[in-house]
This record gives sequence, C-alpha cells and structure tokens, in this order.
Amino acid sequence: MRRYFGRKLLTYSITFFVAATIDWMIPRFMPGDPVASLVAKQAGLSSAGATALVQYYNDLFGFQKPIIVQFFDFWAKLLQGDLGLSVYGHGRPVVESIMGALPFTLALLVPAILLSWWAGNSFGAMAARRKWMDNAVLPIGYILTATPYMWLGIVLAFVLGFSLRIFPMSGGYGFNLEPTLSWEFFTDLVAHWIMPFASLFLVMFGGWAIGMRNMVIYELESDYSRYLEALGAPQGLVRKYAFRNAMLPQITGLALQLGVIIGGQLVTEIVFAYPGIGSLLFNAIKSEDYFLLQGIFLFIIIGTLVANFMVDVAYVIVDPRTRVGMRGGTA
Amino acid sequence: MEMGKSRVIALLAVASIVATACSSSSGSASPAASTGPAASAPVASAPVASTAAASPVPGASPTANIDTTVYPRAQTLYTSGKQWGAPSTWNPLDPNAAMGVVGLQYETLFLYDPLKDVYTPWLAQSGTWDSAKTTYTIKVRSGVKWSDGTALTADDVAFTIAMAKNPVVGSNLWTTGGVTAADATDASTVVVKFTNPAYQEWAQWIYQNAIVPKAIFTAQNTADLFKFTNANGVGTGPYLFKRSSDVSMVWVKNPNWWATAALQLNVQPQYIVDIVNSSNNVALGQLIQGGLDLDNNYLPGIAQVVAGGYGITTYFAGAPYMLPGNTAVLVPNTLKKPLDDPAFRKALAMSINVDDIVVKDYGNVVSKADPTGLLPIFSKYVDTAQRDSLGVSFNTAKAKSALAAAGYKTGADGFVTNKDGSAIKLNLEVPDGWSDWMAAENLIAASAKLSGININPTHPDFNTVVADRNRVDATTPPKFDLIINNDVQVGNTPWTWYDYVFRQPLQVGAAENRNFESYSNKDAWALVQKLDMTPIEDLATMKTLSSQLQKIQLTDMPIIPLWYNGAWSQVNNSVWTNWPSDKGNQVIPATWNGYWQMNSILMLTQIKAVAKP
Repeated sequence: MRRYFGRKLLTYSITFFVAATIDWMIPRFMPGDPVASLVAKQAGLSSAGATALVQYYNDLFGFQKPIIVQFFDFWAKLLQGDLGLSVYGHGRPVVESIMGALPFTLALLVPAILLSWWAGNSFGAMAARRKWMDNAVLPIGYILTATPYMWLGIVLAFVLGFSLRIFPMSGGYGFNLEPTLSWEFFTDLVAHWIMPFASLFLVMFGGWAIGMRNMVIYELESDYSRYLEALGAPQGLVRKYAFRNAMLPQITGLALQLGVIIGGQLVTEIVFAYPGIGSLLFNAIKSEDYFLLQGIFLFIIIGTLVANFMVDVAYVIVDPRTRVGMRGGTA
Repeated sequence: MEMGKSRVIALLAVASIVATACSSSSGSASPAASTGPAASAPVASAPVASTAAASPVPGASPTANIDTTVYPRAQTLYTSGKQWGAPSTWNPLDPNAAMGVVGLQYETLFLYDPLKDVYTPWLAQSGTWDSAKTTYTIKVRSGVKWSDGTALTADDVAFTIAMAKNPVVGSNLWTTGGVTAADATDASTVVVKFTNPAYQEWAQWIYQNAIVPKAIFTAQNTADLFKFTNANGVGTGPYLFKRSSDVSMVWVKNPNWWATAALQLNVQPQYIVDIVNSSNNVALGQLIQGGLDLDNNYLPGIAQVVAGGYGITTYFAGAPYMLPGNTAVLVPNTLKKPLDDPAFRKALAMSINVDDIVVKDYGNVVSKADPTGLLPIFSKYVDTAQRDSLGVSFNTAKAKSALAAAGYKTGADGFVTNKDGSAIKLNLEVPDGWSDWMAAENLIAASAKLSGININPTHPDFNTVVADRNRVDATTPPKFDLIINNDVQVGNTPWTWYDYVFRQPLQVGAAENRNFESYSNKDAWALVQKLDMTPIEDLATMKTLSSQLQKIQLTDMPIIPLWYNGAWSQVNNSVWTNWPSDKGNQVIPATWNGYWQMNSILMLTQIKAVAKP
C-alpha cells in the first residue's frame, strides 16, 4: 500500500513540477512587456507620470532581476504559498484574488459533481431495469450530455432570468447586499446559485445516467449474473452485484472527467458572471494579467491533481482487486 | 447507505455556501465602525487612528449609514464602466485609484466644465495670478472638513503641491511646470511662485489633482507611496468608503459634506454601488432589467436598445447619442517608407471612408472627426478657413491622382509600389478583441484598396501592439506600420492634443505615450511649448498658436484623425431620472477617473429618485 501511494505521490510531484515550470515560463515568453501594456492602458498620463509608473511597476514585480533569479524567486515564494502579484490588480496579491473567488467555485463545483454523479448513477441504474424509465432517461440523457455547458447556461438565463424573472441572471449575490449571516443574504445567495448549479448539474447528470444504464445492462448480461440467476439468487442480490461492478468504470470516469468539468465550470461562471475562478480567469485573460493567469492555472493544476488522488484513494477502498494487486497478488 | 451519502452531500453543499458567505466580506463594516469612521479601516495606519481618536466628529455622525448591510433600491445608484478589475487602491495619487476616489471622496481645488470651458472654485474659494503672472494665490474655502472632523487648511493644499516633487507622483510641476515654491502664508492662503510658468498645465493641475490630508500623507510620502492603498481613507468629498469586494465597491453618502451648506448642493443617492465590468451581454442585461442605472461601457447596438422602449436613454436622443470623449487617429510610422512621405500620408488620409465606419461599424454612435483632430469642445481654436483649404476628405479619385503625382506607380496587382518599384504592404494593428476597432480596420483596408493602397488589417494581442508601437531606443524605428490610437481625452486645453502629436524629444521604452508616429518638427514643438506658456485668459494667442500648429498638421499630416470615440454612457430611467442630456443638465455622464471633477459630480446632485424613499 505504501509503495502504491509512494509511487502515485512521486508521479504527482513530477507532474506538478513540470506543470508549474511551464506555467511560469508561458507569461515570460509571451511577446511584449506587461509593464508597458499596463502603462499604455492609462490614457491621459503625463510623460513624467508614465516614466514614474514604469519605474514603480518594474520594482514591484521584480522584472529587473535576471530571469533565472526570477525563476528561483518564483519557487521560493510558491513553497511559501505566495503566487506573486497581479499585474492588473496593480500589485494585489494573486492569492488574495483567488481566495476571494474559490469559495464560489467550490460551492458550485462540489455539489454539482457529487449530486450529478449520485443522481445520474441512481437514475441510470433504475432505468436499466424499468422499460418505461429507460425510454425516458435515455433520450433525455443523450440530449443533456450533448448540450454544451455554455449553451444550456444561456438558455436558462434567458428563460428563467430574463423572460420569467424567477432567478437573478448574474452575480454571486445581489449587489444590494453585504455578506452577513442573515436569512436574507442566505436566500439571495441560493437564488444566485441555482441557475449556474443547474446548468452544470443537468449536463453532467445526462452523461452519468447513460453511462450507468449501459454499464448495468452490460453487467446483468454477464456470465456471473447469469450464473447467480441460475443458482436461483434473488433479483435484488443480482442487481446489487451488477451495480457494484458497474460503479468501478464510473469512478474512473469521474477522475477522467474532472478536467472537462472544470472547463465547463469556467464557461458557466462566465455566462452567469458568477464570481468564481472561471470569471476571474476570464477577467485575467481580458486584461492580459499573466501572473493572475499563472496563479489560476497553478490552482487548477493542484485542484485536478488532488481530486485525481482522491479518486485513486476511493478506488482502493471500493475495488478489492486493487488492494490485492498492491500486495502482489492477482485477482 | 444511500441516505447517508445524500446527507453528507447536502451538508457539503450548505457548508460550501456558508464558507462563501464568510470569506467574501472583505472590508465590510465591523462593529468598531460605530466608534469612528477611520477606526474600521482595514489598513488603518497610525496617523489615521490617532487623528480619529483625537477629534471625534462633531454633530451628526457620518457613520449613520455605515452599518447598513442592505441598500434600499430607491436610494442606491448602480454604476459600471470604470473598473476593469477588482478595486485595489484608494490612494488618490495613484492613477489606478478605484472608481470615484478622486471626485466622490477626495476633491480638487476647482471643477472644470469642458462643455462650457468654465472653471468653478471647489475646495478653493478663489485662485488668482498677480499682475506679473508669476505668483498664484489660492484662497482655501473655509468650512471644509475632512471626514475625520478636522478642518481643511492651507497647509494641506501646500503639502499636496509639494508632494508633486516625489518622483513616484510623476508630475512635472516642479520642473518644466515652473513651480518654485508653494507656501501656506496663513490658515487659508497658499502662495505658489513660478518661473516660466506653464499656465496651461497649471490650469490642468488645479482641477485634476486631489488635495490630500497632510496629517495622513506625510508619513506616506516616500518611494513606497503607491503601496499605501488607503482603504477607508479620510477625504472631503460627498461620499465615504463603505466596502469593497472583487466584483463591486460601495460608497455611502457623507452627511457632513461642505457643499451642502456652502453651495446648496446635495448629492441624491445615499449609496453608490459600482460594479466591476463583466461581459457586454451581462452589462446590457443588468441595464435593461434596471439592475444598473448608469453604464459607461461601449455596448454595441445601443441605438436599437434606446429605440426599444426599455427606458434606456443617452445624452443625445439621436445620433451620435454620446458626447465625444476622445479622437481616434490613424498613426503612421513616419520613420518607414513610404509613410515618411507627407504626400503619401495625405493620399492615405483621402483614401479612408470614415463615414462608412461611422455607419456600418458604430451604427452612428460616433461621428467623423474634424480634419484638425481637435474635439468639438475645442472648436473655437479651429482656424476654419485654413482647415477648409488645407484639410483633406475622403475622395478615391483624388487619392489616386495624388499618389500618381507624388510618383507612386501602380503595379500589376493594382496596388501602388514604392518609388524604387518594391511592393507596399502596410500592416495595420489593433488589439485583439477590440471588436469595434477590428471592424474599423477592415473597412479602412477595403476603402484604401480602392485607391490602390495595400493595407493588411491585423489584430495581435494588446501586449504585442504596445511592443510594436513603442520605440526601443532613440535610433531604432518602431516595428509597426499603422496603428489606431485614442489616448487624448477631454480636457481643458488644446495643448494636450498638440503635446500628443508633436512631443519632442521622442520618448523611448515602456513609458512612451506621445508622438507615436515619431514625427520630428522643431518649429512645431517650439509652438507647442509656447502654447503651454500662454495664460488661459489669453484666448487670442492660444488661437494664433493653434492655427499655426494646425497648418503644420494639415500640411504634413503626421497623424490622420478618424472619428470621435464617444464618452460612452447609457442610463436607465426607472429608479433615477433627470439625467444629463443636451436638453437639460449639460454635464458628461461619466464615472471614469478624471471626469468627476469635470463637473460630472454635479450629475449626482441633479438626478432625481423616481420613488420617494
């Protein structure tokens, strides 16, 4: 077990080092000078003002140091949890921007992933054993899973937000409120959360439901199920075994899907101007804030690696064959 | 088992929402706020705290509205347009200060009305030159209080002027500006002494630069001045800092604002919530649904929205809808062939159909620029007779004959060639994603093609455009052929425009922001300097010098004026009405830095709440 996780951790560490290094390199090898662009955006500066600002920013961001020193500075700071300064925030720490956005993203992502996975698998498994449900779940699932996140978001925003005005169209909470622990704020928060959550949930739900339905049907057709049936085992027991076996590819699928889900999350946040990492990334791209971009990517890299690791752990718990394999046996 | 799992998930969902609520409350009112306005400052420096403690606010407490966590719609003004990212600094000396820091919170000595060319005393009671015009005496208005309760004095004003010596502030007041001394001679008088005063720039300084409290800024007046972000600072203006998040910031009305008693001016909104810019569709949705009262973004197709019956209006009811905000110009690289030839540049100017851009690209929300490039507010400086005889306009036939007359022959592909026979292909660069300019460059290329000029429209990212535009050093020509630029904003003097066109010596490097075309003309630069040294009252001399500069510009065509970009502004009338318009309150309805003190602050005293609170 220790060797298994040791090897996994080593792989993840190497992946992280390479990804972070590439992440650091990209902004530095982009054409142009971020400080020049920052100053160029300040129309109406006097020439003395522009000169002073260039000097100030160069000092602030440490651009005057040799590139190799900048690289070691980056790692030294990174290990202390410092992702540097946002160019567009004029020296605001990147970590501060990300931490402000992260709770919103997690509040969308975690329930959307877990609930859709759970609901999708449940519905899929049910559909596999009831004809009338299968007829409903299959086409709906195909339509949902084929829908781009962004498009579903726009449709929801237009119908429920713009035309019917049931839910607010954009933002994380009303601009008329300050975050407090009050009922009013909480309900407002939920009202703003529902549409982006729903658009993520529905698309993912469709995918899981179809996957599970197909897997369960496949397992029910397999030899061990037939053998159990032939032995006269009750239907419930057969289904239980089929369900358990069908779960395994779904867990692997979850790990593989994480990157795609995060991508969908980003566009969904942009559609609803939901103040999470996706909107932050969008703004960072718009303002060409490479340091904020670099920080966000680093965060996504870490998040994806951590989530993958968690799925690895879950797999060991759920699938006894992995445990056997670790001890050197064969299933 | 299934039950247990779902319970865990539900718990997770609730927990993450609560986490959201707790972590996003940067700068929200803390219980300490009730003891004094400065006490709750997240970055309260020692002087702030001690000033507040030493002098409690007399009379009504300005914290009356500070504790509110819900802003009633009828008392709240929602704005957007200035912030392209989370508000990060409230230091009024930093050019990137958050929306309203100068104007709503900190104030200037004068207001300037660019539409009528009038200076209004604001924190100053008066400002006068002596007869020799080398000493300027400022009488500071009495009865003005900082929001910590202390009085504004001549010391604060003299200190603010002296701060311009700090290189970080980036002012030439004490160098080419001509200031030699600024002393408070008594509690309400500041005497500023000059040698060779740059009158035009001084007139700009007195309305553009905010006066800061000496007690707080003395300790900050170092090389690290901009690291002082000054949230919840102490100002004199009609609003106080309330809170700020990544997506918005909130100002709350200062009940003790001096102008209410002194000038009978009363700002109407109790709260101003400024929303950080998001995408166009979100902004348009907010505006139409009434979630946004004033939007200062360029929204494509706004003419249809105005006509659509949503209660959205603009400054003018019809075209061009917006007041002009700046001039978009085509900048040729005059160090490269064939753009080094004035005859070629003139033919290029004649080949561009700007009317087409105005109609097809902008849907008439902009208007064609005067050949002199001067904004309409400077029309009194335009020598119209000279302009009509020297200025060029769109005419394909004339452009063709001008090219032929200048010796540019047409090649086999229908495009003119250099005089040595080599092909001409001019790259026109605009930043990627600037959709209106990207459409414009295509129209420019199509129009120039009819005259035989080969323009290749490109749209690299903004950083590349800046890198190609800036001169690396004094001898290497910059990389670009043609760019579009609109850096000169509305202001008090045509000098700014001519400084932009003719600036000498050529700047190099990241700080370059004048004379992108690298046009060197010593006579023109001498005239620009002379204009700067002309008192603002001497209109005759200003006109004469402007006319001479226009002659050079129209003859040599160092840059090609295209259209007037609008001071983009659209308002919703459902909660607030009586907005600025050509029919009524004639001020620019803008929230950008630099505009509040150009009379836009008066807009807040003019608008009316539709519903009584």
